[in-house]
Amino acid sequence: MAVTLDQTIAQKQHTFLSRLFSTQTFWVVIAVILACIFLSFATDAFATSKNLYNITRNVTFVAIVALGMTFVIITGGIDLSVGSVLCLSSMVLAVTMHAGYSIEIGILASIVTALAIGAFNGIFIAYLGFPPFVVTLGMLSIARSLAMVASNNTVVFQFGPDHDKLLALGGGAWLFGIANPVLYMIILALITGFVLRWTKFGRHIFAIGGNEHAATLTGVPVKQIKVAVYMISALSAGIAGIIQTGWLGAVTTNLGNGMELQVIAATVIGGADLAGGVGTAFGAIVGAALIEVIRNSLGLLGINAFWQGTFIGGAILLAVLFDRIRNFRRSD
Amino acid sequence: MAVLELTNISKHFGAIQAVNDVSLSIEPGQVVGLMGDNGAGKSTLVKMIAGNFHPSHGIMRMDGKELLLNKPAEARQHGIEIVHQDLALCNNLTAAANVYLGRELRRGVGPFRILDYAAMYKRAGQLFAELKSETRPRDLVKQMSGGQRQAVAIARTMLSQAKIVLMDEPTAAISVRQVAEVLNLIRHLRDQGIAVVLISHRMPDVFDVADRVIVMRRGRKVADKTIASSSPEEVTGLITGAIEQAA
Repeated sequence: MAVTLDQTIAQKQHTFLSRLFSTQTFWVVIAVILACIFLSFATDAFATSKNLYNITRNVTFVAIVALGMTFVIITGGIDLSVGSVLCLSSMVLAVTMHAGYSIEIGILASIVTALAIGAFNGIFIAYLGFPPFVVTLGMLSIARSLAMVASNNTVVFQFGPDHDKLLALGGGAWLFGIANPVLYMIILALITGFVLRWTKFGRHIFAIGGNEHAATLTGVPVKQIKVAVYMISALSAGIAGIIQTGWLGAVTTNLGNGMELQVIAATVIGGADLAGGVGTAFGAIVGAALIEVIRNSLGLLGINAFWQGTFIGGAILLAVLFDRIRNFRRSD
Repeated sequence: MAVLELTNISKHFGAIQAVNDVSLSIEPGQVVGLMGDNGAGKSTLVKMIAGNFHPSHGIMRMDGKELLLNKPAEARQHGIEIVHQDLALCNNLTAAANVYLGRELRRGVGPFRILDYAAMYKRAGQLFAELKSETRPRDLVKQMSGGQRQAVAIARTMLSQAKIVLMDEPTAAISVRQVAEVLNLIRHLRDQGIAVVLISHRMPDVFDVADRVIVMRRGRKVADKTIASSSPEEVTGLITGAIEQAA
């Protein structure tokens, strides 16, 4: 039978399933599920509601920041300053509320601080042509130092008149006993997924990561979008900082130290490509989940905590290895 | 009437005279081959038409009205489309996404508008059918052949009512079979009344598809004649300078 041109054009090359199987995220989900099943049988403590509550809550802080980081990584950039920005936002919130201001003003000050830092990063990168690595490395140092200046390097654990509201915001469980941070994570993941798939802004982010020169030539406002993604990344760090403050009930200038590496690891395990152009909201969450499950399981299995880094590093390499193998096959 | 008319256009960068007193006019539905050696001024001339540079001297007219372009987006609004040499495609996006890059279709009300995937797939499919190209709108550009990639870049120029399409070396780096495909794409554009300026080093392509050939050397126009009245030997001589000026 002759195939007409129209039929060829209308043909879909991939079915839903074949596309699903070809994503790194799918295989990481399988890995997480298998690990959970294994741990439920291997240990008594894993499948308890207390432990699952802990895992889900611990995932959220890395996951929320990873959602913001996903935007940056899709454009082909990197944001090393998120851990420090998280700390600074927490500290601004803590110091503001400690000084007697309401929780609303504290959150506002914290968010504005995060956005200002994101805008600073973005303007240096997009308009002055600095490499993202350098700008955000500088900001990693600056933001943490500012947090020390703001608090005089003390621990803040009294949050003024709205102290209890803040603790409820981060530490409560308002819906079906699910920890509040988890609810925030789910909402933010849905928003991120929507923006990436259904908005012009999201499309342009992928275009910049795929071929920045082409995006410029076709009239995509590349510079403005780059500033926006660094602001989103800083904002997500700020939000995570606010929630974590409420959950911990205290802020030290150590908060979020080294977190940027966990966040980047989560996005990469979840299928984002550091070269740009690829990444999903779901992947960021799944990547963060895998890291937390590994960490949790090592403790439960009685393996020395010093091995943690080896296993997480191994997971990063393994996840990307699968991707490489698929690409080799495709290029044959 | 000429769709595009340049009168005494010059462009210098400091002391360097890149384009020197060039006049030409292009009719609708005409394919013009623009030839010349590296540094002859082809790119500079095209960049002025595309809105990348202002001419230092001279006037550009479109449909008889003076044309002042400050940036590439304005050229596009006037119906001037460019197919860049590197095609300006994003490998990680689908063919349809690339066709609509920068002018995505959306549906919804007011600020709540989402990408209209269905409409973009449909229209992109129609454009590929018009171009007689076996290109699937949902496929990633990464997986496409050189000819299909050209089709995507050319379909982009057909989204709006283009009057003139400038193509920069579209056949430079693709296989023989794909060259034939691209030349067919050019004929399809021409048949729709679009003027095509084909910048090329490849003599056979220009003589195959163009109606007229313009040769530039050292910033000056040294020939502007119909294909029928010229020959590859003559054009080669004009490009290299063995023939000073076309008869």
